[in-house]
Amino acid sequence: MSLGLALTMLTLIVLIPLAALALRAAALGPAGLYELVSDPRVAAALKVSFLTALAAALANAVFGTLTAWVLVRYDFYGRRIFDALIDLPFAMPTAVAGIALTSVYSPKGLIGEWLAPLGIKVAYTPLGIIVALIAVGFPFVVRTVQPVLEEISRETEEVSATLGANRFQTIFFVVLPPLIPAILTGFALALARGVGEYGSVIFIAGNLPFKSEIAPLLIVIKLEEFNYAGATAIAAVMLAISFLMLFVINGIQSWSQKRFGHG
Amino acid sequence: MDIRIDKIRKEFGDFPALHDVSLNIRSGELIALLGPSGSGKTTLLRLVAGLEYPSQGRILFGEEDASWKSVQERNVGFVFQHYALFKHMTVFDNVAFGLRVRGSETRPPKAEIRRRVEELIDMVQLSGMEGRYPGQLSGGQRQRVALARAMAIEPRVLLLDEPFGALDAKVRKDLRKWLREFHDRTGHTTLFVTHDQEEALELADRVVVMSQGKIEQVGSADDIYDRPQSAFVFSFVGDSARLPVTVANGDVNFKGGATGLRTSVGNGEKHIFFRPRDIVLQDDGPAFEGRIVSMRRLAGARIAEIDAGLGEGAERVEIELPLGVPAEQGSLIRFLPHRFAIF
Repeated sequence: MSLGLALTMLTLIVLIPLAALALRAAALGPAGLYELVSDPRVAAALKVSFLTALAAALANAVFGTLTAWVLVRYDFYGRRIFDALIDLPFAMPTAVAGIALTSVYSPKGLIGEWLAPLGIKVAYTPLGIIVALIAVGFPFVVRTVQPVLEEISRETEEVSATLGANRFQTIFFVVLPPLIPAILTGFALALARGVGEYGSVIFIAGNLPFKSEIAPLLIVIKLEEFNYAGATAIAAVMLAISFLMLFVINGIQSWSQKRFGHG
Repeated sequence: MDIRIDKIRKEFGDFPALHDVSLNIRSGELIALLGPSGSGKTTLLRLVAGLEYPSQGRILFGEEDASWKSVQERNVGFVFQHYALFKHMTVFDNVAFGLRVRGSETRPPKAEIRRRVEELIDMVQLSGMEGRYPGQLSGGQRQRVALARAMAIEPRVLLLDEPFGALDAKVRKDLRKWLREFHDRTGHTTLFVTHDQEEALELADRVVVMSQGKIEQVGSADDIYDRPQSAFVFSFVGDSARLPVTVANGDVNFKGGATGLRTSVGNGEKHIFFRPRDIVLQDDGPAFEGRIVSMRRLAGARIAEIDAGLGEGAERVEIELPLGVPAEQGSLIRFLPHRFAIF
């Protein structure tokens, strides 16, 4: 019963729309698809989307792990509130995040006015896109690393110290290796989210073609021009990228289970 | 390695965990730190390891003041109750860890590391399991890996925190015996923390009984069990019975009446302590008197719970009755301890 329900649900909201998309893309034919996607503006947008998402996911892997560490290992005043705030990017409408970031990072904004004299422009550049993607992808790494980190006892670190390992050796040989699968999973999730992110990015990106225009925006533009074939082609490519990432995530998970599942 | 703990105080915030604790440990001794939870025994062990630093006092390794040495510099082997093995490393890598993290000038060559690790794995009887991960081992095996790992760095002292606490009774007994043999073979100065008195008495050369951040008594198993020096030690180690008494000029009085017992303890309101089996039943003459509240049968004797309050508040003690003595619930019993202590 519950299995049937879950499968029906999955079919209605995921499989049928995806199949429709794949069918439409197939109707274009490989040559047609290639022609639409190799349009320089499309290629540039895909590149911007993918590279900014990659940069943001990398930043999140580092800072998310650090944040998870702080949340698990330190007991400070307001820790629970801080912990709850991590999920805010999940809960908040992404457009709100985008507008807030834009106002803060624009050259006249709270942070932007300090960066402008240094020659750093955030809003309306790819850097702005990265900032927005870091904001929306942040919870993924924190929330995947946190539970694994809680499993690693402080005693493990203490034992490492008694065996003569310095702090650096303890972190790199004892603490981080068991976290790697979780960090990679969080990284992949943040990356997947970043590639498809729309709401928070379009306000801060400036949307200059060939410079700070993201692929999802280009889909919307194509749709507004009634160019359904063009929109479908971009969507199909993005779908392919997403699938690839899902495979990678699953691969990492099964690898990590084999490696650490006995614990 | 001789270890001297010299007037150590340790406070966590406002909470005093140890008050002026001093202890001399001779090289090669196997010492048990025995006490209830919160007695400060684990804190003392962690201070010796360098995982905590004292608020006052000194810890000497031989002649060297180690009080402020870092845990890495102290070169101690530490084994935790829950093993704290590195789960992502094989048994071999776990044991080799302490040698591999050494600086290049003191790190043995690869082949030498391999030889020593294999020797240690053999010593803890885990040959053939080098390639396994901790998750594939039983509790007792994991604890032996933890021990081999600690031994790999040739520690000056071996520190074990409740080493058998997480194991079931059978494995615990085996491993206890095994550890004693292991210690006799390797001769390492060893301190282990336990709340299990049987373990402490059976295993250790000397037992350190601790309570509320103080050392109550240090001595052999016989000293601790037969000559307890404080009310705490008497009641914590072994079964004991306790009754309130008044001491007047060496006479021990109970509920206003003489008991015929004599003591060298000074006058005042005191408590008499004795083992349940160290009693003689009395037909007449001065004695403790009480009514049997309940009885239960052990293998070779009966344990009677007695209310010696005689109507003036409950004073319950348990004593051992020989099987031949006619007694039942409600019977009046008169007895005197033939060995006792008054605190």
